[in-house]
This record gives sequence, C-alpha cells and structure tokens, in this order.
Amino acid sequence: MMKLPFDLPFAAGPEGPAADAGWQDAPDRKGFFTDTSICIGCKACEVACKEWNGVPQDGIYELLGSSYDNTGALGASTWRHVAFIEQRVPRSAPVDLGMPSFDRPGEKHDHQARDQETGDFRWLMSSDVCKHCTNAACLDVCPTGSLFRTEFGTVVVQDDICNGCGYCVPACPYGVIERRNGPEGTKNVGIAQKCTLCYDRLGAGKTPACAQACPTESIQFGDVVELRERAAQRIRKLHEQGVTDARLYGADPHDGVGGAGAFFLLLDEPEVYGLPPDPVVTTRDLPAMWKRAAIAAAGLAAVAVASFAGSRR
Amino acid sequence: MGASFGRGGATGFLQDLANSDCIVIQGSNMAECHPVGFQWVTEAKKHGAKVFHVDPRFTRTSALADAHVPIRAGSDIAFLGAVINYILSNEKYFVEYVLTYTNASHIIDDDFRDVDDLDGVFSGYDPETGTYDPDSWSYADLTEHAASGGPTSHADEEQNGQDQDGQDQGGEHPASASSRAAAHELGGHGAPMDSTGIRTDETLQDPHCVFQIMRRHFARYTPEMVQEVCGVSPEQLLEVCEAVTANSGRDRTTAWVYSVGWTHHTVGIQYIRSACIIQLLLGNIGRPGGGIMALRGHASIQGSTDIPTLFNLLPGYLPMPMAGQHHSLDAYVESIASPDQKGYWTNARTYIVNLLKAWWGDAATEENQYCFDYLPTLTGDHGTYATVMDMLDDKIDGYFLFGQNPAVGSAHGTMQRKALAKLKWLVVRDLNMIESATFWKDSPEIETGELKTTDIDTEVFFLPAAAHTEKSGSFTQTQRMLQWHHKAVEPPEDCSSDLDFTYKLGQKIRERLAGSTDDRDRPILDLTWDYPLEESGEVSADAVLREINGEFVSGDHQGETLGSYLQMADDGSTSGGCWIYTGVYADEVNQAARRKPGREQSWVAPEWGWAWPANRRILYNRASADPEGKPWSERKSYLTWDEDQQQWTGPDIPDFEPTKAPSYRPDEGATGPEALAGDDPFIMQADGKGWLYAPSGLLDGPLPSHYEPQESPVSNAFYRQQANPTREVFPRPDNLQAPSGDEPGAEVFPYVFTTYRLTEHHTAGGMSRFQPYLSELQPEFFCEVSPQLAAERGLEHLGWATIVSPRTAIEARVLVTERMVPLQVAGRTVHQVGLPYHWGQGSSALISGDAANDLFGVTLDPNVHIQESKVASCDIRPGRRPRGPALLDLVADYRQRAGISIDTGQLRRTPDDSANAGTRVDGRRPENREG
Repeated sequence: MMKLPFDLPFAAGPEGPAADAGWQDAPDRKGFFTDTSICIGCKACEVACKEWNGVPQDGIYELLGSSYDNTGALGASTWRHVAFIEQRVPRSAPVDLGMPSFDRPGEKHDHQARDQETGDFRWLMSSDVCKHCTNAACLDVCPTGSLFRTEFGTVVVQDDICNGCGYCVPACPYGVIERRNGPEGTKNVGIAQKCTLCYDRLGAGKTPACAQACPTESIQFGDVVELRERAAQRIRKLHEQGVTDARLYGADPHDGVGGAGAFFLLLDEPEVYGLPPDPVVTTRDLPAMWKRAAIAAAGLAAVAVASFAGSRR
Repeated sequence: MGASFGRGGATGFLQDLANSDCIVIQGSNMAECHPVGFQWVTEAKKHGAKVFHVDPRFTRTSALADAHVPIRAGSDIAFLGAVINYILSNEKYFVEYVLTYTNASHIIDDDFRDVDDLDGVFSGYDPETGTYDPDSWSYADLTEHAASGGPTSHADEEQNGQDQDGQDQGGEHPASASSRAAAHELGGHGAPMDSTGIRTDETLQDPHCVFQIMRRHFARYTPEMVQEVCGVSPEQLLEVCEAVTANSGRDRTTAWVYSVGWTHHTVGIQYIRSACIIQLLLGNIGRPGGGIMALRGHASIQGSTDIPTLFNLLPGYLPMPMAGQHHSLDAYVESIASPDQKGYWTNARTYIVNLLKAWWGDAATEENQYCFDYLPTLTGDHGTYATVMDMLDDKIDGYFLFGQNPAVGSAHGTMQRKALAKLKWLVVRDLNMIESATFWKDSPEIETGELKTTDIDTEVFFLPAAAHTEKSGSFTQTQRMLQWHHKAVEPPEDCSSDLDFTYKLGQKIRERLAGSTDDRDRPILDLTWDYPLEESGEVSADAVLREINGEFVSGDHQGETLGSYLQMADDGSTSGGCWIYTGVYADEVNQAARRKPGREQSWVAPEWGWAWPANRRILYNRASADPEGKPWSERKSYLTWDEDQQQWTGPDIPDFEPTKAPSYRPDEGATGPEALAGDDPFIMQADGKGWLYAPSGLLDGPLPSHYEPQESPVSNAFYRQQANPTREVFPRPDNLQAPSGDEPGAEVFPYVFTTYRLTEHHTAGGMSRFQPYLSELQPEFFCEVSPQLAAERGLEHLGWATIVSPRTAIEARVLVTERMVPLQVAGRTVHQVGLPYHWGQGSSALISGDAANDLFGVTLDPNVHIQESKVASCDIRPGRRPRGPALLDLVADYRQRAGISIDTGQLRRTPDDSANAGTRVDGRRPENREG
C-alpha cells in the first residue's frame, strides 16, 4: 500500500520542516529559546511585539487578579503573553513520605506554619508564544493555504488569503491561534492571527521584536539546532547549581508535535504555566481515521452491494 | 555619598555588576524599575554571584534573587547598622584598606557625644530650632576650621522625585529657614575642611578615634534588635552578613544597589551613609564588582542634578550664592573649600569663573568679578514644597511644568492641586493632557466640592512637547554617562523640544527688554544667547553641549574646545558651562555620541558614550590597588602603578593624577591636589580619605542612627527620640500627621503603607496611561495586602478597599498575595500595604484611578529636602470610598478618633514620657527603651 504522509507520526524529515514543505536551499530553521529562569516579567516582549506588528490593544482595561498578569492568554491580539505564578514551595529538606497526619485539613503544625511564612516562595514568570511546531496542525487543516510554512521553518498566516473559516483554531494543541474580534476599524477582524516570528524582520536579517527587546536575554532567537544545544547546556548548568526543577519544554524532536520551533526552559511542570503537558498535533490521527473511515465506507458499500446481489436470489 | 566619598554619583557602572561576587539590592526594585540594567545582575548570577533583595515586598527583583529578606519599611538603618556591627565585632573588615583609605584612625573632638549618651540626639542639638551645631563632631584640633553644615550629595539623593516627578524636594519650615539656609548649598562633594594637622591613631585603639566611636555606636545594633525593629529574623540577617563578608576582601567584591526606596525618607541620607560605611569597611569602593550603584529612575535624572533643576545648585555642584553671605566672588569661593584643604575642590574659583564666562561671555571680566553679581542669590528655601506652600499663600503668580505631573506624582496631591488653583497662570509642557493641566475641571477636589471650576482663576497654557525621538540631545544616565540621541522624526504639528521652547522664550524676553537701561535687566541682556539653528529652525543641541564642554576664549588655542577641566583657567581665558562635563566635546567631537561596539574595545567600554568626570567609569579607582599600587589580587586587578612608565595603567581612566606615584608624600603646607598623597584615593575629599564618620557636611549626624519614619505605628526601640530630630516639619492645617508609636490615637492608623512603581508604567503616568499597549498591562490602581491582613480586615481579592490617612482616603482594587508578608515587630504583627502610584483622577488618560501620593503629608529630610514618600501610616477597610463631601467626613472622623491636632507628629524632639503618657490600645509599652 502506498505510504501517505500522515502515516508517519512526524511529517518533517531530517531536513526540517521548510525542506519538507518544498523549500529548496532553505536557510537554517529559526526559532526561540525562552529561558524562564531569568525572565523578570517586564512584558517588554508583549509591547515590542504589538508595536512592531501593529497588533491592537486586547479587550477592555480590566484587572484580572492573576498576579501581575492582565493579559490572560495568547490570542489574536496577544502574540506574546507573560504568565505570573505565585507559588509557595515547601522547604526542600523534608521529603513528604505521605505519612498519615493527625491534623484536621487546613491546620498546620508549627513548623508548617513557619514554612508558610518563611519557606521558599517563588514567583515564576514565563513569556509564552506560538510554538511554530515541526508538525503544525493549524497549517494542516487550513483549506485556503493562508497558513504556510516559511523558508525559516516557521508557520505564518497570510492575512489576505485567510477566509476566516476558523478550522485552525481548534486544531492548535496550545490554543495559540484565534480569529480576531474587535470594534469597527480594527485591523484584520475575523482573520486568524498569531505570532509570525516576525517574518518581515527575519527576511531583513533582523531579530524578532520580542527577542530584541528582552533585557535579560530570557528570549533568545537563533537557529533551532544551535538553540537546542544552548538550552541543553543551560539545563546542565542549572542542575549543577542545584536547580533540579529546571526542565526543557518543546525541545524534544520526538514529542507530540515533532518538537517546537519555540521551546522553553521551565522551573516547574508545564501545567503550572498553563501549558499542555503532552501536546499532540491534532492532525496526527487523521490519516488513520480517514483510512478507517474508508474501510468502513468500503465495508458499507460491500454490504449494500451484497444485499442487492442477495435480493436477486 | 558625597559626604562619604566626595562625589554624589554612583561609584561604578552597571556592566561592572557582572563582576560582583555578591549583590545586595536594598531600597530598590531593580528588576521592575531598571530592567535593562538588571541584565548585569542576572549575568553576575550566571557566574555564581549571590543576590539578596532586602525589601518590604517580594517583587520581581526578589523573584530573581537568591534570597528575599522582608523588612519593615523605614527600618533599614537598624538592619544596616547590624551588618556594620557584625563586621566590626567579628573583625571582618579589610584591615589594610580601612587603615590607609578611610578616616578610621582619625581622632574626633573630645566634646563629641553620641546618641546613646543624649537619648537619641548627637551633641550640639538645639531643640528650639531642631538643628545641630556640628562643631563637636569634627576632627580634634580642627574645630575652628570645620564648616558648619554644608555639603551633601544632591546627586545621589537627587530623587527630586525621580519617582515623584519633582524637580527638587525643597520645602522649609519658616521657623528654621534661617538656620538651615546655609546648609544645603554644597552639592555632591565632600565638606570643606582644613586637612592639615589631623591627629590619627594607626592602632585604632584611641577611644576618640573614628573606629572606636563606630564600635560603640553600632554595638546596640544586634540581631535581636533587628528582629525587634525590622521584623527580620537573626537567621536571615546572618545569611546576609556572612555572604557579604565572605564575598569581600582582596579576592572578592560585593556591590550594594539602592534607589528611591532609600532616598524618599526623612533619614534617607543616613540610609545611604550606612551602605557607604559597610562598603568602606569591606574595601569595596573603587574596585571592580564593588561599589554602590545609585540607580536613577528617569533617563536623565543624573543630568538634572549635574546641570541642575535644583534651586540651590549651579551646574557642576557649585552652590547657589546666598544673600547676605556671598557678597563677592572671593567670599563665595572661600565658602566652598577651605584654602588649606586637600583635593580638587580648592579649584572652585576656576569652575565658577568658567561658568560665568559661558553664561555672560565678553561681558564677564576680571573687573566686574565675571558678572558674579548677576547670579540670583538665595534668601531661603525655594524648593518644590516651599514653592507650593507659597502658591497657597498667594505669593506666586505663575508656574512652569516641564514634563512633570505634581498633581499625581508629588506627595500630598491635594495640597499640590489646591496650590495650582491659586496661580494666575500655569504653563504645562507635556506629551499628553496630564492631570496637572486639567485639575481645574476633574481633580478629586472638584468632586468633594473643595474646589469649584468657576472659582479657579488659573489660566492654563498647554504646550505640546516633542518626545525624545523627535529631538536631538543627551541623556546622562544612572552611571554618570552621557549618551547622545539623534532626532529620528520631526515633531508633529506644534510640538517642540524643551530646549527650543526655552531658547525662543529667552529670545522673546530679550526682545521685550531690548534697549532697557535698568541694571536689573543686564543679566538677561548680557547672556550669550546666540546658538546656531538646525535646518529645521530649531536651536542646535549640539552647540549647547559644546558650550557646556567649554573652549579657549583667548590665547594660542582660541576657539578650540577644552579637553579636560584641568585646562580651565580662572583668569577668563577659558569658558565652560559645567566643569564636570568638560571633555565631552574634546577634539571638537561629540564624545557622548560614540557607539563603538563592546566587542571592539575593552570590557570597560570607554568609547561608548562619555562619563563624567573625565570619562572615568569606576570612581576612586586608585583604591583598586593596594597602597603600593599593586593589585589587591589578580582576580580583582583594575588600576595598577607601572613602575617602568611611572604612571597608572588599567582599562579605565585613573581617578587620580596619572603620574603621581604611590609613594608620593606632599610637602608640609601643600594644599589642593598637591596635598593628596600617593595613597589618598578620595581626591575630592578634604583629607583624601573615605569617610566612615562624617565630621562635617551632614545636618543630621556624623553617623547613621535609627529613627522611625515621620508616621510609624512602632516606637523607636533605641531611645526616646522617635523620628529624625532635624527633619523638616510643616505644622499646617492642611498637613496633619498621624500619631506615632505609643502616642494615643496611633492605633487608628495601625498599618504601614509604602508606594512604588511597576515596570508597566512611567512614574505619574504621563507617558504610560495614555498608551494602550502599556495601559492594558496594568489597567487599574490596586493595593497589595497579605492574606492575613485581608482576613483581619475582611478584604476580598479583586474587591475594593479604602485606604485612609490623616490627609485623605483613596480606593483601590485589592490584590491579596503572599508576596506581602506580615512582620513580627516589637512583639506584635505589623502589616504593610503596597500601593503603586501611577494613577490619578483625570478625564484625559485611557485609564485613571486614585493617586497613592494623595495619602502622604509633607515632611522632609533636612539635608536635601526630599519628602518622606516611601512610608507612612494608614488604615484599610473593605469597600469603595465615599463620594463627594462624604469623603471629607470620613477623613474628619478618623482625625477626630485619633485626636489629631496641628501639632501632632510635628515636634522634632520627642517629649519626655511623662509629657506623653499614652496607653496603647494593645496596652503594651515599647521594649528596649534605654535612657
């Protein structure tokens, strides 16, 4: 039987997604490595992104009450989003053995109360962005070809081609892409919008606006292959320094999306940051589903044929 | 820092923080308010440096620090004093550095008495005027020469509301105006003093030597006291003490970073002095990775003190002349520096003559004292707060606001707005229609009925300003570095730069005065006011910078720019508008515009911009080498003496005579720079030494001593004296203060509040609340409270709270967060409320809200007139504030319950217990009260 592209769990070959999309002599794949361990939550990335890309103000001026995050989530008018997580982590020394407690729920021993007050308190900050998946479901489902794979291996919407069908919205395993709402006069209302990894800047040999604005180099831009090496080194260094919570997210080419072009160093589980723990390209199972549907249809047809054939008896 | 080291600027540069082995950030929220500079802290951390954040709140800075030490706002001297005590009692000081480079061995006058002997004041205190006669603080045998009062550093204390948008923090209580008048005239440099014949004891054993006085003074700053006063546990204190001492010495250096969290206090100067003492004891000044970084809040706040917007300073930290005292150029110059002292301030005559030549050109001659009498003279305090009170008293007709929003940014917003309403005319130059321009129609006082639009006669002229991208010019940023910015686009429509506006205003005034024979018009008519214009018709900023740099007026080099202030002469043959900036236009090149990439030069990057003085990046860098001129260690090598070439070499410009050998000893009777020995690294100081103890120059004591803030729910645990006995108070009906400590009524305002900035906004909001991209990031005014306080007062997350002070009540959305920690202080729990101050009530911005600064009253630091706007007392209750006149009723009710009168909190010297017998609501008497 002929092998359909979707028979492979990961469509992109060793040459990378750009080559796979038909680009010849494509430049090295570009992406972001966001090291959240040195993010200071200044949101310069959010502002720089909006300034450069002409992204409108998002929603109403309202305090969200989720720490210092008043952006909420990525969306059509938010292409960078800094999450803030206030967290009390138990002092590392005593390991909870899960022994039964004699306290009523909610009550704490003195030492626990002390931990409550002086124990390690953390304020995690992380700048989220479109992952520019190696296998991008949004792109797979786009019926117009508006979403396309660029020569840099990134995924970009062409505003003038998008018809606003919205198939891409549920397809994204991260909830990144969205159709834009907004009052009259707002740019691209109804059109699917998301981070372009500053496609226009890349074409001019420039760094994307968010990475350019980041004061602490938490957002690093570069060749994905090189960034992955850098990330691995940083993880090793942090582990040596005793920051054992540090982990990479999206850097593994064997994960559910074939590795992300924009990946992260996190200090806790992805869920803590509002990231799906095990994202899978939503179109992964489509070929199998189509195959089964075809088999089922063929079966039905056979039954129908057989029943007609039988009725002649 | 001026009093300790001789200059008021940050001692190093931000990039050098990457070389630190330990960084203590205290009184600063560096990551949020200086995010770009913070990259060097993260860089240091990557190299393994330990980073501490000592702050009332857990902020984005704390999030990146190795440890956050929560502290009660206003108690930093107790904490820092304990660090000093730890260093002294555990012999952790850098012996050789302390002996050679500081005044530790200097003997102090027998008559000096410390605060512990006099129940909270130093010797020389006059309770009538609330001022000190500092004669007894001076070096032994020098009493007759020591200056009374005098200089301090406006540059580091600048603050002039770098957060508050204030241009300076003047303000003066009439009763003390005359006694203080002379006090704050010298800025940013060490005190004048005869440096001949100082007695020393190199063994440091003499009971009257600085070292032993410090030992006794700081002995009471124990870990227990820190727990009691600051709410910091002994373990946390010890962690900091051990880290900073382990990371200081020959091979390692620690840096201290502060900002307005230290300066906006009635004892702010002494906070900074405490850090200076620590850094001198540990040998961290003048060395890579060491120093004290004074962070400036705006792009050019350093510049606004170098070429000052302060009423009492002239460019280059020269004092303004005083009426009645400085009747001649000679009398003025003598008051700046004793002719017998060491160091470069003995050239003050040169600096002022060059300034006068720059301003009045050919009209300034030797015969007419270079037009010295053209300078206005001071009759008292004309700072911001004094001016505002004068407005209220109908003494002032007109007011210019350049990029400043006092209706939101200054302490006691109600007083500010009511004062604006008393003016005949007001000119507001700003990017946006800020609250200070629209107060007449939408201020909170209109809502309460205190002001009526129809009754306000102020004519407001709003003149749109050009943004920094729409004009050329320089910023002088936090590390004393001038950086040129080029105009990117033309300003739209009627917008123009402040420079162009001021130039054209001057032209119009001169046209009006043309032909006048009145002597009083000569200073304006004789001004050099003839700058070249750009193609656009605007005055050339480049030409102004060149004038500031200075040039040869006559002689062989006539018309050429000066290369250094050492080329300046005092005979009128040279001119220069700000001596510390001389060199920025050396060789006819705008050195501030240099942008040579870092990879093409040394790590110090001397060819990026230009730093004063003389492009030095680390000040006092002679101290980076040992007395013999050898590096203290290879790892921390910076400047060294090259024996073969007979000069100092290193990656930076020596902050020292480049060919003066370490072994150089001055002849007896030498003065000025010649009197500096080869191991006197503090070349601006009268004795060439770093001052652990300030024998003169400060108005509130030679050593830092803990005082409670003007408003504090806690009694001073050290002595009876509650607050700084020399603070400037303003007992007025419109400036009522809460009772403090164990005074009756203090329990009505039981909580401490502090104000601050958020990364997302710019100070009073003029540049951010009009921007959708910034407004959406922090859209509403909020208060931050701990879960415990929320429970105690019934506050709900995202609900509303009303915060009440004796001045007014404001409302804010509630953020309940564990980042706010209740502290155990004086045996009880002290809660702190956090209030960002970016919002104001107006109708023009995209977002508005109540202004946190409205809660403050006006009480000032005595040295530099900075208001205490980082801490005060309040109550907090759930729900929104009343509207209209009901708001006034609420506040009146609070005042009545607290028994507040016009004198409450306004007595500088705390009365005896017997005269102040009050019982606290909790029935507790303060502990640890001695004497």
